[in-house]
Amino acid sequence: MDWLIEPFRHVFMQHALLAAVLVGVTCAVLGVHVVQRRMAFIGDALAHTTLPGLVIAHLFGWSLSLGGFGAALATGLLIGWASRRHAVKEDAAIGVVFTGMFALGVLLMSRTRSYRDLTHMLFGNVLGVTTEDLWFIGGVAAVVLLCLAIFHKELELTACDPTHAEVIGLRSDRMRFLLLGLLALAVVTGIQTVGVILTNALLITPAATAALLSDRMPWRMLLGALLATACSVAGLTLSYVAETSSGAAIVLCCTAAFMAAYAARSASHRLRPTASIPVTKDKPNKVAMAEEVSRCN
Amino acid sequence: MKDPWIPYSRGWHADPVRGAPALLTESLVVTYPGASCPALRGVSVRVSCGTCAALVGPNGSGKSTFLKAVAGLLPVASGAIRVHGNPVGACHHRVAYLPQRGEIDWGFPISVERLVLTGRYVHLGWLAWPGRRDRQIATAVLERLGLDSLAGQQIGKLSGGQQQRALLARALAQEADLLLLDEPSNGVDARTQETIYDAMRSLRNQGKTLVVATHDLTLLDGAFGAVVRLRDGEVETDSSRNGVAGKERAWTG
Repeated sequence: MDWLIEPFRHVFMQHALLAAVLVGVTCAVLGVHVVQRRMAFIGDALAHTTLPGLVIAHLFGWSLSLGGFGAALATGLLIGWASRRHAVKEDAAIGVVFTGMFALGVLLMSRTRSYRDLTHMLFGNVLGVTTEDLWFIGGVAAVVLLCLAIFHKELELTACDPTHAEVIGLRSDRMRFLLLGLLALAVVTGIQTVGVILTNALLITPAATAALLSDRMPWRMLLGALLATACSVAGLTLSYVAETSSGAAIVLCCTAAFMAAYAARSASHRLRPTASIPVTKDKPNKVAMAEEVSRCN
Repeated sequence: MKDPWIPYSRGWHADPVRGAPALLTESLVVTYPGASCPALRGVSVRVSCGTCAALVGPNGSGKSTFLKAVAGLLPVASGAIRVHGNPVGACHHRVAYLPQRGEIDWGFPISVERLVLTGRYVHLGWLAWPGRRDRQIATAVLERLGLDSLAGQQIGKLSGGQQQRALLARALAQEADLLLLDEPSNGVDARTQETIYDAMRSLRNQGKTLVVATHDLTLLDGAFGAVVRLRDGEVETDSSRNGVAGKERAWTG
């Protein structure tokens, strides 16, 4: 067991672990909504559009987190606003905005001298997390998880049946804006651990894995959070032992978990094709329909 | 009924105006966003409290549009809608709307029971969770519509008829006074049809007001208190049996 404990004797590894777990859990729980609403592309776009914000903040000596958050929030609002007007197809609008912003970020980066610092932005630097960063990450985690808990029933309803939400006076687009705001926050912390390019993996992969394993929102959130925690530990240990990039190692662990879940699911379906037909409690479609037909005759 | 702590929309507390009909529309004109010509062209309908009104007409005549406008889903271009004397949106909790099945994400990871519980949300508002009474109502409604054994199922695993019953269960759980039912028995199995008719009869007996878009006037044993015929977005003929009186285009023939 020593090889597992040894890496985490270092303070920087303890910080890294805490940061990775906090970010991972936040992103995974939020990701359940993102995956369900098919907003994966937006998550990726928000992560990429933070780049110019980060670079500008770096140039002027401002807080990087704030710079990134500002850029992400602006993009989120812009996307939400554009998709409301339906003037441009949403995915096209996202594609235009996020590539443009990312290119602007790269351009600004190439003009700065400390090019090396900025590669941390692209690939993250979870081993360099400071106490201050940890407070910020913890704060974001608290805000995001609290909002998701408080507004769970509204977020669920507006995604599942926006028409009913509208009928009872609950505006779906407001919940979407809330989600975009939370996404912007989560993305900024994700950049700390795995960087601009891989942040979306923290949002999507654990949530998509959980979606393979359960068809209930709360279970998916719990599973996603557990997966993210396990992958953070595994990824960091792996990167320490094998001396590789920590962010990439964490993401690859998530990917491996997804593939394992996918394989397990396919296998269980193939082995037990009738597995989902239990006795009385939950009748699948065909049985129930056959019964209905026989009752009609 | 307890008022919500923080309602979803302001003006929630509007009480019914005494003596006002359950539903009154005056020269209602509704145009779909982006469409050039209106889908409803001056529809005036009056449905008094406790009436079962049938909304009939060929496809595309504006039946669904009318119900959607009353439910507050479409902007009103001109004219007025009054529900119990109040404008749309002032009394969301008193209006339940049963949409056609295709308008909901059936793949969403939510159980039948939770879907029915969303019918209670209008009474809860922000920051409140469904309580014991809400659950009791949901359970009772599920039992009544023969869905109790499916309560824990994910909604996509139900058959078409069961899905329709689940949506009706949600509308019933809302305990509204005015129910807008859009083709409730369209394309469902015989058992579901019978369950839906039973539910409608019992709503009528409770004194609720129903507006039902339908092709089938024999529904409810033909006991509609009123029939509104729509054609090309206008009231074609109105029945002067109790309850309904068209103003703009009175039946002359």
